[in-house]
Amino acid sequence: MTYLLIIAGVLLIVLTIAAGLIWVERRLLALWQDRYGPNRVGPFGLLQVLADMIKIFFKEDWVPPFADKPVFVLAPGILIATILLTFAVTPFAPGFNVFDSNIAILFFLGNSSLGVYSVVLGGWASNNKYSLLGAMRASAQMLTYEVFMGLSLMGVVMMADSFNLREIVEAQRHVWFVFPQFIGFVIFLIAGIAETHRLPFDIPEAEGELVAGFHSEYSGMKFGMFFVGEYLGVTLISALITLLFFGGWLGPSFLPPIFWFFLKTGIFICFFILLRASLPRPRYDQLMGIGWKVLLPLALLNILVTGAILIYIK
Amino acid sequence: MNTIFYIAALVALVSTALAISGRNAIHALLFLIVSLLSISVIFFILGAPFIAALEVIVYAGAIMVLFIFVIMMLNVGLEKEMENKWLRPGMWILPSILAFILLIDFLSMLRSMNYREIRGQIILPKQVGISLFTTYLLGVEISAMLLLAGIVGAYHLGRQKKKVIHRFLEKIEETHAEAPDTNL
Repeated sequence: MTYLLIIAGVLLIVLTIAAGLIWVERRLLALWQDRYGPNRVGPFGLLQVLADMIKIFFKEDWVPPFADKPVFVLAPGILIATILLTFAVTPFAPGFNVFDSNIAILFFLGNSSLGVYSVVLGGWASNNKYSLLGAMRASAQMLTYEVFMGLSLMGVVMMADSFNLREIVEAQRHVWFVFPQFIGFVIFLIAGIAETHRLPFDIPEAEGELVAGFHSEYSGMKFGMFFVGEYLGVTLISALITLLFFGGWLGPSFLPPIFWFFLKTGIFICFFILLRASLPRPRYDQLMGIGWKVLLPLALLNILVTGAILIYIK
Repeated sequence: MNTIFYIAALVALVSTALAISGRNAIHALLFLIVSLLSISVIFFILGAPFIAALEVIVYAGAIMVLFIFVIMMLNVGLEKEMENKWLRPGMWILPSILAFILLIDFLSMLRSMNYREIRGQIILPKQVGISLFTTYLLGVEISAMLLLAGIVGAYHLGRQKKKVIHRFLEKIEETHAEAPDTNL
C-alpha cells in the first residue's frame, strides 16, 4: 500500500513540478528581461498553467494526412515514458523512492538514449523537411552528448564505488562530489542541457531556421506532451545533478531531507532558465566540434586522473 | 519469473518476425528495437542486470539510432517494390525447413536436460568489471585495438580536403592551381 502511495506521490510531484515550471520559466524570464510575464489569471498569474492546460486539451488534435500515423502518435509518448521511468530509480529522500536499483545510473543512461527515438521518429513521421532536418540534428546531437554524459559520471561511480543513487548520496556525507569531480560536473551539466535540447542547445528546434524543428507538425495535446516532456527533462537533469554532485538530500538537520533535495533541485532548474535568458545559440558545427574535440578528451582525462588518484590513496 | 520470461520471449519472437517481414523500413527497425528491449528483459530475469542495461544503451540506444538515422537520410521509397519481389512466399520454404530441423535438435536437447526453471545467479556490475579486467583482460585489450582501428579507418574514409568557404577565394585558388598546367 505504501508502495503504491510512493508511486502515486512521485508521479504527482514530478508532473506538478513540470507543469508548474511553465509558469516559473515565464515569470523568471520576464523578471530577467525587465517585464511582468503572466500576471492576470489568479494570484501572480499562477492559474495561467491551468488555463493553458484546459485550452490545449480542447484544441483539435490534428494528424497531418501525409504523416506516418502510428509513428507520429507514438513519438511524444516515448519521450514522456522514458523520462518518467527514470524517475522510478531517483531517490527523493531516504526511503522515498520507487525502486532502489543497483544499476540506477545505467538505467538512466539507457532511458536517455531511448529518449532520442521520440525526437527522431517524431521528426521523421511528420514527413516535413523542417521536421526531418530537426530530427537529424537532434539524433546527431543527442548521440554525441550521450557519450560524454556517461563518461562524466564514471568518476562519481568510481568514488562512490556503486551505480546505486542512494549509495552515491550516502558516499557524499563528508564532501560533495562537485569538489573532487568538478570537471565531471561541468561536462555532465553541458551534456544534460544538450540532452534535453534546452536553450542554448535547442538546435533541433531552432525556431529561426526550422519553424519549430522536429515538432512543427504537432498540435494539441501531442505538442503538449513534447512541451511538458522538455520540462520533465529539465527537472530530471536537475534532480540528478543534485543527487550525483551536490549531496542529494544531505544537509543541516533543522529541515527535513526532502526539503534539501527540492531546494537544491530548484536552484538548478532556475539555473537552466537563466541559461535560456542569457546565452545565444551556438552554430551546429560548433556544438559538435566542442563535443568531440574538447569534452570527450576532458571526460576521458577525468576518468584517468580519478582512477590514478583512487588507486594511489588505496 | 517464468511467466515474465515467457511473455518477454514471446514479444521477442513476434517482434523479430515482424521486423523481418515488414515492408516499411522504419517500422521494421522499430520492431527490431522492441525485440532488443525484450531480450534485455530476459537478461535481467537471468540475473545479469549489467548486460541488460548495456543491451539497451548500446544496441537499442546507439546502434539502432544510427540505423534509423541512415534510413531517414536515404528516404526509402522505391525499395518497397523491390522488396515485394524478393519476399515471394517461395523464399520462406528453405529457411523454414532448416530452422525447423534446428528446432527439433533444440527440443530433443531440452528433453535430455532435467531442470526446467530459470535459476540465474545475480551478477552485479562490480563482478563483471573485475572479471573483465583480470580473467578476460587480453580480450578487452584486443577489442580496444579493434575499435581504435575502426575509428582511424572511419576518420580516413570521412576525411575531406579542407574547403575554402567563400566562393571568391575558391576561384582564386582554382586559378592558382590551374596556372602551372597551362605553362606545361
